[in-house]
Amino acid sequence: MDLTYSPAERTFQRALRTWLKRNIPKRQRDERPMEWGDPRRLALAKAWQRKVHGAGYLALAWPPEYGGQGADVMRQTIVNEEMVRARAPGLVGLMGVQMVGPTLIQHGTEEQRRRHLPKILTAEEIWCQGYSEPGAGSDLASLRTRAERDGDDFLVNGQKVWTSNAQFADWMFCLVRTDPEAPKHAGISYLLIDMKSPGITVRPLVQMTGDAGFNEVFFEDVRVPQANLVGGLNNGWQVANATLAHERNMLGATTRTQQTFQSLLRLARTHGRGGRSASADPVVRQHLADLAIRVETMKLEAYRQLTDSLRGRPSGIAASINKLVTTELNHDLARTALDILGSYGPLGRRDARVRDRGVWPLDYMFSLGLIIGGGTSQIQKNIIAERGLGLPREARPGR
Amino acid sequence: MIDFGLSEEQEALRRMARDFLVRECPPALVRETATTPDGIPTALYAKMAELGWMGLIVPEAEGGLGLGVLELALVLEELGRVAAPGPFLGSQLVTAALLRAGTRTQRRTWVPRLVAGEAFGALAYLEESDRHDPAGITLRARRTREGYRLSGTKLFVLGVPGARVLVVAARMPSGPSLFLVETAARGVRLRPAETIDLTRRVGEVELRDVVVGRDALLGREGDGAGLLARLLDLGAVGIAADSLGGAARALEMAVEYAKVREQFGRKIGSFQAIKHMAAEMAAEVEPTRSLVWYAAYGFDHRLREAPRAAAIAKARLGEVYCRTVERSLQIHGGIGFTWEHDLHLWFKRARWNQVAFGDPTFHRERLATIDGY
Repeated sequence: MDLTYSPAERTFQRALRTWLKRNIPKRQRDERPMEWGDPRRLALAKAWQRKVHGAGYLALAWPPEYGGQGADVMRQTIVNEEMVRARAPGLVGLMGVQMVGPTLIQHGTEEQRRRHLPKILTAEEIWCQGYSEPGAGSDLASLRTRAERDGDDFLVNGQKVWTSNAQFADWMFCLVRTDPEAPKHAGISYLLIDMKSPGITVRPLVQMTGDAGFNEVFFEDVRVPQANLVGGLNNGWQVANATLAHERNMLGATTRTQQTFQSLLRLARTHGRGGRSASADPVVRQHLADLAIRVETMKLEAYRQLTDSLRGRPSGIAASINKLVTTELNHDLARTALDILGSYGPLGRRDARVRDRGVWPLDYMFSLGLIIGGGTSQIQKNIIAERGLGLPREARPGR
Repeated sequence: MIDFGLSEEQEALRRMARDFLVRECPPALVRETATTPDGIPTALYAKMAELGWMGLIVPEAEGGLGLGVLELALVLEELGRVAAPGPFLGSQLVTAALLRAGTRTQRRTWVPRLVAGEAFGALAYLEESDRHDPAGITLRARRTREGYRLSGTKLFVLGVPGARVLVVAARMPSGPSLFLVETAARGVRLRPAETIDLTRRVGEVELRDVVVGRDALLGREGDGAGLLARLLDLGAVGIAADSLGGAARALEMAVEYAKVREQFGRKIGSFQAIKHMAAEMAAEVEPTRSLVWYAAYGFDHRLREAPRAAAIAKARLGEVYCRTVERSLQIHGGIGFTWEHDLHLWFKRARWNQVAFGDPTFHRERLATIDGY
């Protein structure tokens, strides 16, 4: 066990710190995904990602031929840590960088990798995920969007829903049914779809936050080249599972959670309650410390998992535990902020007296969405219990 | 390069400890030990001493294994898994105190006996106020011509009866001071407390004008606060490790039971109500391993963060252990509520683990102070 960085890693860390100090735009500090509905903010967010990539601090572990740095995971860990410290804004192309990118590296063709990976990194192309359908939420494998072969193309017909970022995404990684006769998991394929293709209609859905962050996406005879198939015909469920594991790790990443806790602590120190700062109240202190402990637990757990993966050990159900614990923790952080804020808590973001740009009530709602999305907490618990603890499956019809 | 995992030797130690304890410390032994006067499973402790565990953190030159707190935590986790009885942890604390602050004579007198398992130790610091900080110490030590005279009463001493040598925290005008006191000394009265926990002994120590020599002083006079704080942190990490093992075992028992028990014509483990409870337990217990490892590592490497890490580990594990045994009991249903079933051995041990060396509320407030909330 050794929790220190090597001299080379420390040099890297110092350079990165200096770079972050000089380059994080002040008004984008701590900015989170739910603020990207606004086109101006979106452009700024893309510019930020481009800057991070240009400086060589994005996708460090990716091979250099695809725009990565060919560095080890340890450098990526240092970057993640320093981004938290420096209160960096989130990355707008995260679904590309953390979900479809690694999936293409693992399952994609050489052509797909060369075509897509560099633009994922530069945020030139933003990705969205076409998984859920009106009839296929937690029971994702019952999805019905069809893709039929037609010459060199697939013809795609159907509908996706809850598609975050589809309103500004350039590409979608999408699950489609290619064999309606096969058992439901065996007839699914994984397609890359250009969102500018004729026949695609994106209809924004207004979320409870008031923003149109997710969408319905309709496909009517949409032509998708067969070259955009990932991982082979009817093999989409395996590919999707790889992406889902990446998604759980993304949603379960603790860096954002650490950053949110820091913001919460700042709020508690500065917001007055009953004639003193909230953080002087013994009950609030207990609550904050409990949250700090839970954040710390997941932070250290990430190191342990990192070591396990570097030692080549299977990660088991770690991704599900991360997703379950971290998304619920994120929600608890936002809820605590609202508790601390008292009457200031439910103020809207444009109100003159709102605190922290009104991010807390927004996060309180937004974080609830991530407990549902990416496999609900209940689905994660099923996975933990069945795959991790070996408890028997329920009798499931349609298998 | 960060490496947050066990070495091969550490993995081997853990495996060995697990195999050994499953074989040598079954629930039947735990129950049997509960009926003995001092709560020490003598044969088991003799074998533990043979394995070198009593002197795990003692340098090889003094007859120990020369290992660190991380290795100690691994063994404590396994002891917790089987809810092992006896004064192991108390002895480790006294040993650590001697290694840290003992004079050569003190070490020569006590370390070999502690390492051999001929004598056990206990840390006597709590009093009626139940305060975990030095301000709670009212037991007085007065200087005499030959040494000191100690008067006062210590409560909730883990490992009493059973311990032969105590580290006693006393108040002096110059500040808190620690003394080595033999339980057989004149004026020392032990009163075993009655506790719901069958696996541990907790007792009261009354010191009525106990006269000790100058050589009983551990460290410098009036300067015991630092050492005491360190011992309490070590105790906290130790109990956290024990709690991790106990919680993991309570979860395992629940899962094993849910896989065989049938109701409504199927295994109860196939019901989501059970499954989700078990998953919640696993999602809480599994990540706490990192807290224990980090706290132990912090000790071994004397990190500035060490007290903070100890507070975090103790606060979290105290809660998680209690919650896990409660849920395990719920999954077991009626059978888990019986005296005959073994689950209550862990269930009750968890309550001492929650409070020993500071309860979660205490450690959370400590963390808030350290982090400057």
